[in-house]
Amino acid sequence: MTGKDIVRLENVWVSYNGTPALEGINLMVGEHDFLGIIGPNGGGKSTLLKVILGLLAPQRGTVTVLGNPPDRSRSRIGYVPQHSNYDHDFPVSVMGVVTMGRYGKRGILKPYGKSDREAAEKALARVGMLSHAGTQIGQLSGGQQQRTFIARALVSDPALLLLDEPTASVDSAMQTDFYELLEDLKQEMAIIMVSHDIGAVSVFVDKIACLNVQLYYHGSREITPEILEATYKCPVQLIAHGDIPHRVLREH
Amino acid sequence: MIMFEAFQFEFMRNAMMAGLLGSVACGIVGVYVVVKKIVSMSGSIAHASFGGIGLGYLLNFSPVLGAMFFSLLSALTMGLVTRKTKLPEDTATGILWALGMALGVIFIGLSAGYAPDLMSYLFGNILTVPVSDLYLMAALDLIIVALAVAFYKEFLLLSFDEEFGTVVGMPVNGLYLLLLCMVALTVVVLIRVVGMILVIAMLTFPAAMARQFTHDIKKMMVLAVVFGMLFTFGGLWISYMLNLASGATIILLSGVVLLLTYVAVGLRKRTKVRFTR
Repeated sequence: MTGKDIVRLENVWVSYNGTPALEGINLMVGEHDFLGIIGPNGGGKSTLLKVILGLLAPQRGTVTVLGNPPDRSRSRIGYVPQHSNYDHDFPVSVMGVVTMGRYGKRGILKPYGKSDREAAEKALARVGMLSHAGTQIGQLSGGQQQRTFIARALVSDPALLLLDEPTASVDSAMQTDFYELLEDLKQEMAIIMVSHDIGAVSVFVDKIACLNVQLYYHGSREITPEILEATYKCPVQLIAHGDIPHRVLREH
Repeated sequence: MIMFEAFQFEFMRNAMMAGLLGSVACGIVGVYVVVKKIVSMSGSIAHASFGGIGLGYLLNFSPVLGAMFFSLLSALTMGLVTRKTKLPEDTATGILWALGMALGVIFIGLSAGYAPDLMSYLFGNILTVPVSDLYLMAALDLIIVALAVAFYKEFLLLSFDEEFGTVVGMPVNGLYLLLLCMVALTVVVLIRVVGMILVIAMLTFPAAMARQFTHDIKKMMVLAVVFGMLFTFGGLWISYMLNLASGATIILLSGVVLLLTYVAVGLRKRTKVRFTR
């Protein structure tokens, strides 16, 4: 442990009822890393997030987050779940949602206090949502809801931010704003983002890993066609990064 | 004549008190039942309590205490089965619902076939609530309110986003069991008011109606308690005037008002949309 590793997975194996979900995963994420993990649905992306969060114990291998087992580091992990996981009509305000992120700091039976409210306001200001603090969560646009959930993750002052399919609910016009926000957050924390949207991820992240039960990780955002093919089991379009982002189509 | 008035005053006072106590429990717990979407599960807990009513008749103790024992037992069973096994939630709901009722029928059949005021447990009779039950209802209300205040932030997170609750280290399964037990206690509070068969309506209607008027869960609880009282007192008055069964009248009144609110809110939204376009 160098003291710089935020997340370290060594030879992690997970299977559900004998069907492998993750096979021999090795992964290291350092401070200020912005890692994008792409792969097909059912490729184990959510499973990998659960392992990092300590919600799922691997059958083999070791997981450390901030030098500890993940469940002991949970208060330093900010988690932004998939958009679809909650009831949009739920009677709670933006402020109420963000304050929930302070639960780990408070613990059971202790009510939220002034410091929690101040932290929530700070996090909302950070994502540019303070003026919506009193709005019911479901009345926001997809992009605004996204920001609210990022604020909920930020309010606990995390060293690691985990985002599960964050672009699914954000229209493409808002996506640039969203990535600029992440770019800014990267100065203070490591970010792992999981997505099936290859195009969006590859423009903004520093490193890309491809996950389909096995992890193809090269520590940079150069992905070769071979890696993508191995991940998706079919020919895939490649996006090249240059002054003008453009797509390179393989011969087929 | 003076005696009659006093008597009338007393039973009406008891009925009002029962309505008040019932409204507090169903207003607070009903909000969680509605936002956490455990309506049918709560219906199952309520119906399974019939087994306890039957057991009370059979073994000659208070059927209300029997109902409390059975509804708590079914709440815990339901919670554990849905969290720890792969049995789907609605299957567990159906099984417990039917088992509890079947047990009740068997127990009552075994108890020499005579069950005085069985109908009042099934369909409620707010006018005959004994004072001893009022004390029990008040005690249960106190427990429910204390738990709702103490675990406010936990139940809010549990209802809104359980997965996130787990991630931030909240004991979600334990809290879920506790919430189901609070539903079970509410069933007991409401049995005398509207009866175990109609309890589910009082757990749902006031909260569902309150939801139309606010986006704040605390205000929603206060409103649900107020609506519960209005429905209970209004239904009680109508049933008295028209000589109808009190429990069913309370439910019908709440149902009609709730539907009218939905229609009114729907119409208002449509007009708004038309104008903004």
